[in-house]
Amino acid sequence: MSGRGNITTVKAGNVALEVERRGAGRPLLLLAGEEQLELDAAFVDALAAKFEVIIPSAPGFGHSERPDWIGSPDDVSYLILDVIAALGLSDVTVVGCSFGGWVAAEMATKNTSAISRLVLVDPYGVKIGGPYDRDVLDIWTEHPVKVAAAKWADPEKNKRDFSKMNDDQLTVVARNLESFARFCWDPYMHNPKLRERLHRVNVPTLVIWGEKDGIVSPAYGEAYAKLIPGATFAIVPGAGHFPHLEKPEAFMETLNGFIN
Amino acid sequence: MYAWHFTEMPYPNLPPIESLSTMRVSLANKHFDPKIGADLYNRYLDEYMIADDLGLNMLCNEHHQTATCIDVAAPLTAAILARQTSKGRICILGNPIANRGDPLRIAEEMAMIDCISRGRLDVGFVRGVPYEIFAANTNPTTTVERLWEGIDLVTKAWGAVDEPFNFEGRFTQRRAINLWPRPYQTPHPGIWMTGSSDLENIKKAAARGFVFATFLQPHEKVKWMFEGYRSAYQDTGLPGGGGTAYMPLVYTAETEEEAEKGARELTWYLNAKSEPQYRNPPGYVPVDFNVNALKGTFTGRTDAMRAKTMEFLKEEGVMVYGTPDSVAKQIKRLYDLVGGFDHLLMMQQAGWLDHARTVKSMSLFAKEVYPQIRDLPRTKPLETRAAAE
Repeated sequence: MSGRGNITTVKAGNVALEVERRGAGRPLLLLAGEEQLELDAAFVDALAAKFEVIIPSAPGFGHSERPDWIGSPDDVSYLILDVIAALGLSDVTVVGCSFGGWVAAEMATKNTSAISRLVLVDPYGVKIGGPYDRDVLDIWTEHPVKVAAAKWADPEKNKRDFSKMNDDQLTVVARNLESFARFCWDPYMHNPKLRERLHRVNVPTLVIWGEKDGIVSPAYGEAYAKLIPGATFAIVPGAGHFPHLEKPEAFMETLNGFIN
Repeated sequence: MYAWHFTEMPYPNLPPIESLSTMRVSLANKHFDPKIGADLYNRYLDEYMIADDLGLNMLCNEHHQTATCIDVAAPLTAAILARQTSKGRICILGNPIANRGDPLRIAEEMAMIDCISRGRLDVGFVRGVPYEIFAANTNPTTTVERLWEGIDLVTKAWGAVDEPFNFEGRFTQRRAINLWPRPYQTPHPGIWMTGSSDLENIKKAAARGFVFATFLQPHEKVKWMFEGYRSAYQDTGLPGGGGTAYMPLVYTAETEEEAEKGARELTWYLNAKSEPQYRNPPGYVPVDFNVNALKGTFTGRTDAMRAKTMEFLKEEGVMVYGTPDSVAKQIKRLYDLVGGFDHLLMMQQAGWLDHARTVKSMSLFAKEVYPQIRDLPRTKPLETRAAAE
């Protein structure tokens, strides 16, 4: 992540996290997904026209450090709350995508004093089905071709070209893949406690889901939204697991209806 | 030079390999016929007992959810051999301590086997190959740390004879640790460790006096690893005496033609198939390896070997086959090329290689090759300075 916005290092407790800031206005904290694809996405520019968009890299993602004690999105959520406090932010709109959505949900169960609104985009994080149900496609044991087909409505169009990346960019790709597994391997893509904590979320919440998400289904999303008091659930037609990347216009329309 | 017989206990009775997408992790176990399995287990155990009669040592290992190896608990095999054999040493290479998750169970099982065998056990520890991660559901990003924490705890538990102690580590927390039984060998059995590229790990093994073993690698790479080991080796008097071990595929026969046929059967092991997602789970190798993987320049060992001819693999020392004199000559050449080694670990059975042909090769080796190489001197450390740790 270079040459985008203003990049600084923020101390969250003893952990140095990379934080990018773009645009000006009321603060909007964007928690990127596991691949940090949001950093190059068009919808962020649209947000930066109205907000100051603040994008922290979670520990082990981007260029943020990852001490051994951090082992779960639950741990990560405390650090991102520390970032909000360190930057002295208030009235923050928090938008979290996929892995970042899980972290955002964890944060909102802990402390919303500086958070005014919450937007979760195809997040992981809760267990909905029984022990034999696979709520989230097992992206680490399924064939990569099947995973890509589940992730995107149009997998061909969204292939990443690693041959065009320099070593620093590839290092970030590899760190992101590794840290995602570090935090989400077991229990797979959920925190057994989160389901019982979501009732504490006391800010207006919008849950957005890609209609064709094959990683986590819209039915899972709807059940997730029902666990958050007063949350609204919205579908983005024709999009997979990353509706903000695949259908940015429809996504922004849904988002604007909530944040304006 | 010590020679060891080894089979991974394969289950070769599968549908045509071309029709399968994988032989590991997710191949449905309807393809496992328990009656064939029963025959295979007993046959492979018989072959170990024959190895013992022939004066060879016995090496076993374990894997999970794979047709390439139906030995799912090396301690069970070692326990059977401890009771049913009487001469050779028995080495487990190794206990997948990161994946098993309970180092103290391993410590006490090893102590019991060591007692039953009256001190014939060597205890290896392995991190486990990438596809083992899935059956154990171990976080792939923490296996190295788990491995070392586990080994150090086992070693401490074997040596703590005066009073119970407690342990509050990163991965294991236990109270009142007090092994009954303790190992037959004092202070404990020799410890072995495997590796294939991580020099820091190799030096760490050397510093602790562990035997370092590596499998199926080109001789130049083996030399690089063994020299790394020897440069870090600090004290030949450490438990187990240290040393180096190398495993090629080995087939010995009366004629070159017969040897080549047998050796070809062994390549079944190199051709074992698996789906791509099982080969490199996230965080199993360090970030810089994965950067190379994204560039397409890191493909892993077996993939690289698979593409080669048998003649090439013979030249590299990955395969050793021929008449007894030829096999002895190849081993001596390999010994010289890698700066000497102490243990020849022989995969003498793989795939469809049947009992009669396996035993024929083992017997010829024991009777006509082993006497020619047995007296190759134990290797000495290049330097005796303390390992950098």
